[in-house]
Amino acid sequence: MDDPRATLTTEQLDALGEELDALRRRVMDDLGEPDLAYIRNLIKAQRALEASGRGLLFLSIFPPAWLAGVTALSLSKILDNMEIGHNVMHGQYDWTGDPTLSSSRFEWDTACPADQWRHSHNYIHHTYTNILGKDRDIGYGVLRMSESEPWSPRWLGNPLYALALAVFFQYGVALHDLEIENLGKREAERPRRELLGGIWRKVRSQTLKDYVLFPLLSGPQAPLVLAGNATANLARNLWAFSIIFCGHFPEGTVEFDEQDTAEETRGEWYLRQMLGSANLTGGPVFHILSGNLSHQIEHHLFPDIPARRYGEISREVKAICERYGLPYNSGPLHTQLGSVFRKIARLALPGAAAPTQTSLPAAPVAKKEKAAPRTRTGTRDRRGQGNRKRALAAG
Amino acid sequence: MTAGRRSATFGKQVFTEMSNRVAGSGLVRALTAPHGPERFLELVAPSFALDEVRAEVVRVQRPVPGSVTLHLRTNHNWRGHRAGQFVNVTIEIDGRRHVRCYSPACSEHGPERELELTVRAHPHGLVSRHLNDHARPGMVLGLSRPAGEFVLPHPRPDHVLLISGGSGITPVLAMLRTLTDEGHDGRITFVHYTQRVREHPYRELLERLAGRLPDLGVRVIGTRDGAGRGSAHLTRRQLRGFDRDYLEAETYVCGPPALIAAARSIWERAGAEQRLHRESFLPATVPSGDATGRISFTCSGIETTSSGLSLLEQAERAGLSPAYGCRMGICRTCTTRKLAGRVRDVRGGEVSGEEPQDIQLCVSVPAGDVELEL
Repeated sequence: MDDPRATLTTEQLDALGEELDALRRRVMDDLGEPDLAYIRNLIKAQRALEASGRGLLFLSIFPPAWLAGVTALSLSKILDNMEIGHNVMHGQYDWTGDPTLSSSRFEWDTACPADQWRHSHNYIHHTYTNILGKDRDIGYGVLRMSESEPWSPRWLGNPLYALALAVFFQYGVALHDLEIENLGKREAERPRRELLGGIWRKVRSQTLKDYVLFPLLSGPQAPLVLAGNATANLARNLWAFSIIFCGHFPEGTVEFDEQDTAEETRGEWYLRQMLGSANLTGGPVFHILSGNLSHQIEHHLFPDIPARRYGEISREVKAICERYGLPYNSGPLHTQLGSVFRKIARLALPGAAAPTQTSLPAAPVAKKEKAAPRTRTGTRDRRGQGNRKRALAAG
Repeated sequence: MTAGRRSATFGKQVFTEMSNRVAGSGLVRALTAPHGPERFLELVAPSFALDEVRAEVVRVQRPVPGSVTLHLRTNHNWRGHRAGQFVNVTIEIDGRRHVRCYSPACSEHGPERELELTVRAHPHGLVSRHLNDHARPGMVLGLSRPAGEFVLPHPRPDHVLLISGGSGITPVLAMLRTLTDEGHDGRITFVHYTQRVREHPYRELLERLAGRLPDLGVRVIGTRDGAGRGSAHLTRRQLRGFDRDYLEAETYVCGPPALIAAARSIWERAGAEQRLHRESFLPATVPSGDATGRISFTCSGIETTSSGLSLLEQAERAGLSPAYGCRMGICRTCTTRKLAGRVRDVRGGEVSGEEPQDIQLCVSVPAGDVELEL
């Protein structure tokens, strides 16, 4: 496939940037009481599911109660982590001024400390989306998810590592900001001792709640309650892993080089976010349970627009893609997930690139062509500061 | 209150106190981590709060056009106020919270957990106009703890002079009603400047209060009424007319800056400024378009003049190192509390309100003087 970024002229890229900026402004101006009511109702539903789930598990001795309790608690954790937590922490509700919806203060029902998540996800992943060597979500430090990662025998275990990550996903996420794969090579963003302190405190609090206090309070049913809570955590882990891995890994998604993205314009930034993301199709309940990460493209274009809006703007985004001749990667869960599993299995082995490989290093000619348009434009504010994004329009 | 009623109220208080203790206990916090017990109890008791003060509007009066009086009932976290203090009121309008400062106009000795606020609609005021148009019983507001040093002291001064202009009437009216409830027998003079005597919200109340104390004089001056024209400015002659020995009174003045300035100049010239207590009520200001102004970094004690760059860059140039990430308004790492002043968002040009709120430093430029918690 031709690199789409090479087929768009500078003017087209600028126009793309302006159109998407205008879309964002329009939606932001429209935010109001219905958006606030939506997230509040969702939070109420999550708390009710959590309370009833825990309550039902106190009757664990009756299998239907145990099942119902585990289902309710799984849904509670999924909603809390995805549609509520991930979205609130993106600042999607900061405009309300409600301190319980403040992105910098929110804490969520999972092992990962919220402040470390905000760093590794909001900043690193969303700024450097799909840039090899910068976006640590490519592989999470434990998997080979890109051809650019040289093969070595340890990658034969790729599928096993993926399974382990999926089962223990909440701990994988909790350890993400530690940058274990860089141990010995470079510092993490903060001293690792400090990060470990935060991780320990959060893991301890969650473990105490799910695996000590609630089981003990239930008396003789303790093992059943413990198993129930573990199952709920497992359900959330597997679901979150699946949805998240469908975001940037299905066939057709593009990876980028650090050099190419050093001084992106607004239009180029939007384009990278679009090409690096993939959507999932489904009904309204599916979208809510996936935290609207089913609209990964819209989310990466506009991370701070409340996620309930992604569905309505996806029609417009798709139309914009058609007009500019850009791909819009979307498919049902089983198709996209199947494509991701095949990738994991394929990358466990050494061998030729996949037929639909689209990462930039395979198209050096395209790179040169892109260099030309860049020097022609005089409007970009060059500060020569490496990977700093000069994508902000001035004034 | 009958003995039965008293013990029921006492029982209710004990129950509430104990519930609060249990709800806030370590075990319950651990079981409800990370969100905390409040977020669950809110499901069953919407105005429950462990230590936030919330109030429900129980009655709304609109005595004159352009003014609304709200009677509020607070939750159990309200501990009363001192006459003259103000509270920060939080209200949600179309999904967004806004905070404004109002002084309760009621006596310290009013019914427990009841408050009275009077809000005049300002031409550009978002919250004041919203309250005037839409306030209704059932509306829930957030309240801060009362604050402020403009208060009636203990023991009460014998000779008191209360002067107010416009919406400045509320704190001094609270003082007057408090003194009236206490049966104060010293001399009190209450002077209020308004535009038209017939159009101010407390006309009837002041007439009723006038006869309740042995030595209370109430004067309301309409600065736009025929006879009142020319009395717009506070003068020594006027004051002597209100109270011959006005310089010996403990004087409390609250109103627009011009009134305060006039009072200050008279008292200072007479060398009696230690008996003058002031609170200034500023009207809502309209945003200006310029990027100049002073930036105060309150935690570092640094002040600088704005250069028009983003607040993140200006903080860095001032020698600070605020946390940052993408520097383009996406990741929210640079979110910092703005304590006062207006900022403009460089992405869309929106100008913020003046009240305290969180802002993203990398996409905010000052629009006037700004105070940051940095």
